[in-house]
Amino acid sequence: MYDFDIDVIERSFAYLFRDGMSFSLQLTGLAMIGGLLFGTTLALLRLSNVRVLRLIAGGYVNLMRSLPLVLVIFWFYFLVPYVGAWLTGSGQPLKVGAFASALITFTLFEAAYYCEIIRAGIQSVPSGQVSAAHALGLTYAQTMSLVVLPQALRNMAPVLLTQTIILFQDTSLVYVISSTDFLGAASKVANRDHRLVEMYTFAALVYFLICFTGSLYVRRLQARLLVIR
Amino acid sequence: MSYNWNWAIFFDLEPGATGTYFAYLLGGLGWTLVIAGLAWMLALLLGFLVGTLRTIGSSVIERCCFAYTELFRNIPLLVQMFLWYFVLPEVVPNSLGTAIKAIPPPWGSAYPAILCLGTFMSVRVAEQVRAGIASLPRGQMAAALAIGLTRRQAYRYIILPLVIRIILPPLSSEFLNTIKNSSLALTIGVMELTARARAMQEFSFQVFEAFAAATIIYLVVNLFVVFCMSHIEQRIQISGVIGGRKSNSLLQH
Repeated sequence: MYDFDIDVIERSFAYLFRDGMSFSLQLTGLAMIGGLLFGTTLALLRLSNVRVLRLIAGGYVNLMRSLPLVLVIFWFYFLVPYVGAWLTGSGQPLKVGAFASALITFTLFEAAYYCEIIRAGIQSVPSGQVSAAHALGLTYAQTMSLVVLPQALRNMAPVLLTQTIILFQDTSLVYVISSTDFLGAASKVANRDHRLVEMYTFAALVYFLICFTGSLYVRRLQARLLVIR
Repeated sequence: MSYNWNWAIFFDLEPGATGTYFAYLLGGLGWTLVIAGLAWMLALLLGFLVGTLRTIGSSVIERCCFAYTELFRNIPLLVQMFLWYFVLPEVVPNSLGTAIKAIPPPWGSAYPAILCLGTFMSVRVAEQVRAGIASLPRGQMAAALAIGLTRRQAYRYIILPLVIRIILPPLSSEFLNTIKNSSLALTIGVMELTARARAMQEFSFQVFEAFAAATIIYLVVNLFVVFCMSHIEQRIQISGVIGGRKSNSLLQH
């Protein structure tokens, strides 16, 4: 049998969590905020009365949802420097760090998934709510921000959180552009010390604990929202 | 800011000189489909098994299936890839580990990818199967038992044939997910579509042509699967339910 070396985990503990996990968590948190904002915008566009806006938003969402995340990560990794150079008018590809590149990718990619959840949430709000808001003289912006979206987001909170757990798992894919997220850090230590078994098992354990705790919380939240409605 | 576009690159020979870049990418698509197809079969097999077992009402089995589901759902797919590829051959008995490591490429990295993706997707299939069975009226099972079928026969001839039809739409989107997720096999060295687009970019420096080609191929595959699945859905509809053929024609006339 394999002789398991716990020591390598202890030695690299600080590196794994201070460099790796903080990268993963920051990326998850910021991409969640960005994804929710952009996703809400996309959802409103998909439900708008203007046909062109509906088509553009729908096309974007369907495109993102039919491509593998790995391919999208590669796309943006190479595309962002060119787009950056074009935006700033510089003659050379802009230098963009791995974190910024990953953040842009995950925000734009996850927004497509958040969009569909929020759209379902908005459609689950009874239409009487909108009529009542109009009757009160609220504008479109007021109706959406004060009446519809708060209810839609609350109804969809468990699903949005589940999607965020998936986002957290997906951040491990920045491995393919050699970023040092939690898995990247584990993999670097693993290859340096030839301790693949220990490091990957430990990484799996940590991811499992975080995601399992998260999904337990989602289940409790789901039960609570069920009672209120 | 200039980028040298060269769409003719697809007719150039790839460095291995096995053919053009275009053929090279199509070969990658072949691997993507092989991995996704075999993984999907495994996922259906395990998923129907676990999903059905969760509905028979034994608490021991229920707890085992719950553990199975949570285990595969709460670890990122990429980490699971590494567990199957790097960790498994080390922790099994030595002779077996050596035998696993002796499998020559490309199957040496293709089989862990298939097992990994298959088990990962089986959890999602199981959830659909369970929800599908739960959505059936209880009378179906009761009637099946009343006419003298055993529980096993009831599942085989009554419950599961109905469930398959009900969950076909979510299952087809899970199949699309399987195709997309198969791109992760590139991390353990399978030269599937995304991996080959990446390799083509490294050999030829034509980043955007390579990724654009891969994107288009994925989109075409997607459309093809959606088309086929909606065809199958129509063919196996249950007549007499909302959305079924018979009831539609009744509504129309």
